[in-house]
Amino acid sequence: MSEVIKSLKSRKHRLASSFIQLNVLTGKGHSNGEAFSFESKLHATGNYPLRPIKTEILQVNIGKMCNQTCRHCHVDAGPDRKEIMTREVMQQCIDAVKNSDFNMVDLTGGAPEMNPDFRWFVEELDKAEVNIIVRCNLTIILANPRYYDLPGFYKAHNIVIISSLPHYSARRTDAQRGEGVFAKSIQALKMLNEVGYGMEGSGLELHLVYNPSGAYLPPSQESLKKDFKRRLKTDFDIEFNDLYTITNMPISRFLEYLIQSGNYDAYIDKLLEAFNPLAVDGLMCRNTVSVGWDGYLYDCDFNQMLDLKIGDKIPLHISEFDEEKMLSRAIITNQHCFGCTAGAGSSCGGEIV
Amino acid sequence: MGKPYYIEEDLLKFGDITEFQPELGKKFFSYYNDVFKEGALTEREKALIALAVSHTVQCPYCIDAYTTASLEKGADEEQMMEAIHVAAAIRAGASLVHGVQMMNKVKEISM
Repeated sequence: MSEVIKSLKSRKHRLASSFIQLNVLTGKGHSNGEAFSFESKLHATGNYPLRPIKTEILQVNIGKMCNQTCRHCHVDAGPDRKEIMTREVMQQCIDAVKNSDFNMVDLTGGAPEMNPDFRWFVEELDKAEVNIIVRCNLTIILANPRYYDLPGFYKAHNIVIISSLPHYSARRTDAQRGEGVFAKSIQALKMLNEVGYGMEGSGLELHLVYNPSGAYLPPSQESLKKDFKRRLKTDFDIEFNDLYTITNMPISRFLEYLIQSGNYDAYIDKLLEAFNPLAVDGLMCRNTVSVGWDGYLYDCDFNQMLDLKIGDKIPLHISEFDEEKMLSRAIITNQHCFGCTAGAGSSCGGEIV
Repeated sequence: MGKPYYIEEDLLKFGDITEFQPELGKKFFSYYNDVFKEGALTEREKALIALAVSHTVQCPYCIDAYTTASLEKGADEEQMMEAIHVAAAIRAGASLVHGVQMMNKVKEISM
């Protein structure tokens, strides 16, 4: 069962280094001895180098601070992480959105709400008339009285809420996200339902995210959505719109779990064997640009955590955002990308295929 | 320590059975793959049946494979354990129903 854990960084764990994580990942082919690189798969399917299709979503990671310390967290977030985005960098993000084709800003973290400028940022983005997603971990709403009014704040700005709830059972949710997280998440979902989120006809979208509580791939999104709908309605009278299934990426704390539990080799084999070329077309790095807390740009949130910055030699910063340059870039890939192409594919919006 | 009869890695070599008899092996795998595709039963229902049967035939490879498959098809822990109880109940019942035969025999040879 779950135990209290701290971030890799605060434990000074070797996997806190993105360099070591990449070394672990690139050193691994298939257990049957076959050398297996993501790059070779792109070559074989005529997709190398991987290119963006459009700039549609700006995903902004506004800080690694979080009230939870989930066992699978690819950000290595937690209460002990202090890296957060300043208002100056937020303003640079707003300027980039105004001068480009982005129609959606996806705010993530950590718990984005813990950034003291979160509400200012949302208000300014709303004024810029762009659609806003907040990846809310649910428990933050109950973490402190100053967050109790978040559901009303989200509603006032017509924010789309995307929240992790790895399972409709407390056993699996708490095993991954910490003791007591399930009960608090249910309470927070009720508060969101109360202001209209997830309710038919309200126009307020509330989507849930499932990811496996262990070293296996997610089930079909459609069939699991039916189970979640039925169980959450029957057991707790909770409504939501959609369910996204996401594959756990073998980096950061999930990589630590895989190695510690002896599941690393089998999990990587599973990802390699499940490579689906059809998922390549819909990879999120092809319509998304990811911004780190310090303003540097990445192809996705996973590349951000592995410190794989966009830019050949000089890393690109949001303050010098150039849409044309962005669209002509080659996307940086590595072995972790097999996590997004396994089975039905995986993205921040769930299944791809 | 001697070599164990069951080696976990051997499950990954299942496909190698075609080495000694390709034709029948290939036919088996083709049939096997078709059986587990969605049909009148869902893939999840089939995985749960396979999990229960795996316990009945007491095959460690099958138990490992269909525990993972059940999770990946969206089954939860309660459903998986209930499936095993179904297998156990049938095994228990299959023994107990023969109690009638025992009773018949007792009555046949007793005054």
